[in-house]
Amino acid sequence: MKSLAIEIQNLRKTFGDHVVLDGINLSVQPGTVFALLGPNGAGKTTLIHILSTLVAPDEGTARVAGFDVAAERNKVKRSITLTGQFAAVDDVLTGEENLRMICRLSGLSAADSRVRTAELLKHFELTEAARKRVKTYSGGMRRRLDLAISLAVSRPVMFLDEPTTGLDTRSRRALWDIILQLKEQGITIFLTTQYLEEADQLADTIAVISGGRIVATGSAGELKSRVGGEVIELRNTDDEIIRKIPTDGTILDISRTLHELASTLPGETRVSINRPNMNDVFLAMTAGGTEVAPA
Amino acid sequence: MKNPQTSVKSASLAVTNAVFISRSIRHSLRNVEALVMAVVLPIMLMLLFTYVFGGAIDPGGNYVNYVVPGIILLCAGFGSSSTAVDVAEDMTNGIIDRFRTMPIKSLGVITGHVAASLVRNLIATGVVIGVALLVGFRPTAAGLEWIAAACLIALFILAFTWLYAAIGLVAGSPAAASGYGFALLFLPYLSSAFVPTDTMPAWLQGVAENQPITPVIEAIRGLLTGAPAHDQIWKAALWCMLILLVSMLWSMWTFRRKAGRR
Repeated sequence: MKSLAIEIQNLRKTFGDHVVLDGINLSVQPGTVFALLGPNGAGKTTLIHILSTLVAPDEGTARVAGFDVAAERNKVKRSITLTGQFAAVDDVLTGEENLRMICRLSGLSAADSRVRTAELLKHFELTEAARKRVKTYSGGMRRRLDLAISLAVSRPVMFLDEPTTGLDTRSRRALWDIILQLKEQGITIFLTTQYLEEADQLADTIAVISGGRIVATGSAGELKSRVGGEVIELRNTDDEIIRKIPTDGTILDISRTLHELASTLPGETRVSINRPNMNDVFLAMTAGGTEVAPA
Repeated sequence: MKNPQTSVKSASLAVTNAVFISRSIRHSLRNVEALVMAVVLPIMLMLLFTYVFGGAIDPGGNYVNYVVPGIILLCAGFGSSSTAVDVAEDMTNGIIDRFRTMPIKSLGVITGHVAASLVRNLIATGVVIGVALLVGFRPTAAGLEWIAAACLIALFILAFTWLYAAIGLVAGSPAAASGYGFALLFLPYLSSAFVPTDTMPAWLQGVAENQPITPVIEAIRGLLTGAPAHDQIWKAALWCMLILLVSMLWSMWTFRRKAGRR
């Protein structure tokens, strides 16, 4: 059996009086995409900082690619790349110079660095902008360069801290495609996000973090079903939701419910049957307790 | 896209430092305003002191020989100060986290800035000396004295660049780094750079004679113009080495302490 890509046990971190991580337990299977979903200040970036050896934990252990993040920092560094919350690129240099610098620092020879740089520029559609200073790049281009830099040499585990924050919809989708391609190559991807849709689209496993604790873990489908089943939504002619009624989704339950309601509601009332989306999941998990609309 | 091999060797210390030095030199070359200011400002000051104040300070017209060593250090100090901003910019940008999570000695980022500052300032010093010769500076130094003066100037630049690097590391932002660094630029005015210290009030003489810039200026003046100050050379070298050592340790300590914080 292959060992876990990331294994976190009872991890705690306090800054001053502020408890940032309050006993985190997680495991990530190799070759999967793992999304840590949570609001600002939930502890996402701190967890990434600990896993990428930037910050030492106060208590607990974390192993990345089989190595302990506190005791075997150099071995962990050889196994990871970190793409931080703000594009970690050098604005003064050109895209090409950025890539070549990181290739050289990653141990490639000057000749290999040149070849690899050209390859990455092409793959990330940056060849045309290669000789322009990064300062002039758009948000999407910076992020693409950032990811290209992370792939200078292949490392088994990749950390992406809010990779699509601040990007427009088109750039976001392009980035999602790239992330899924990386997964195909067998790279384990650990990403943080505040966007439910992003976690839903990309992740094999999602962990919801709130106030330094993991409040739920599972696939998108599992999390949704945990919040509750389908809901009958009733809307008035102004398209405002007037009632939400939980249902088990069977024709029997739905017809009985509607039959009871038909006599008390105006005939123009519109009916739809919805599954909970990630938004409902998120609100339910982070507010504590499942909140289902009044019946 | 091909996938390169996973187990590449890490970059050696020599390659790491070479990469960071060439990065910082590129930064210097592309920051044209700072580069021009580092040369133009000291030259303006030299012309100001020689042609405007010089006549009043020394009516004999020999002031240029007195003031040039001071201008050289002013130029070196001013040129080194931009290191504080360069370092602070790197420390507040996401790129530092990337360097720190790579299997390299990431302190090389700072070493790169220091090396670039040394190169930049030695060139600026050369230009300043060239202009000084044009406006009447007449050094008496022979080969060995020139070499000694150059070594002392290089040591001075190195010491103050590391000091500014430490300031850049401690400062919370590039603007703060620039502010703290500015305060240090007044040190040459409180030394024997522009007027002999015995013309100052007694309390100020105490400050001027016991601060590190004065022995460095006296030593360079002695070497270049034959003024009787050869005993100042060791004092100057010791001051510079002390500042260098303390600043390097301070930088390394701060660099490690700030990991993961921006």
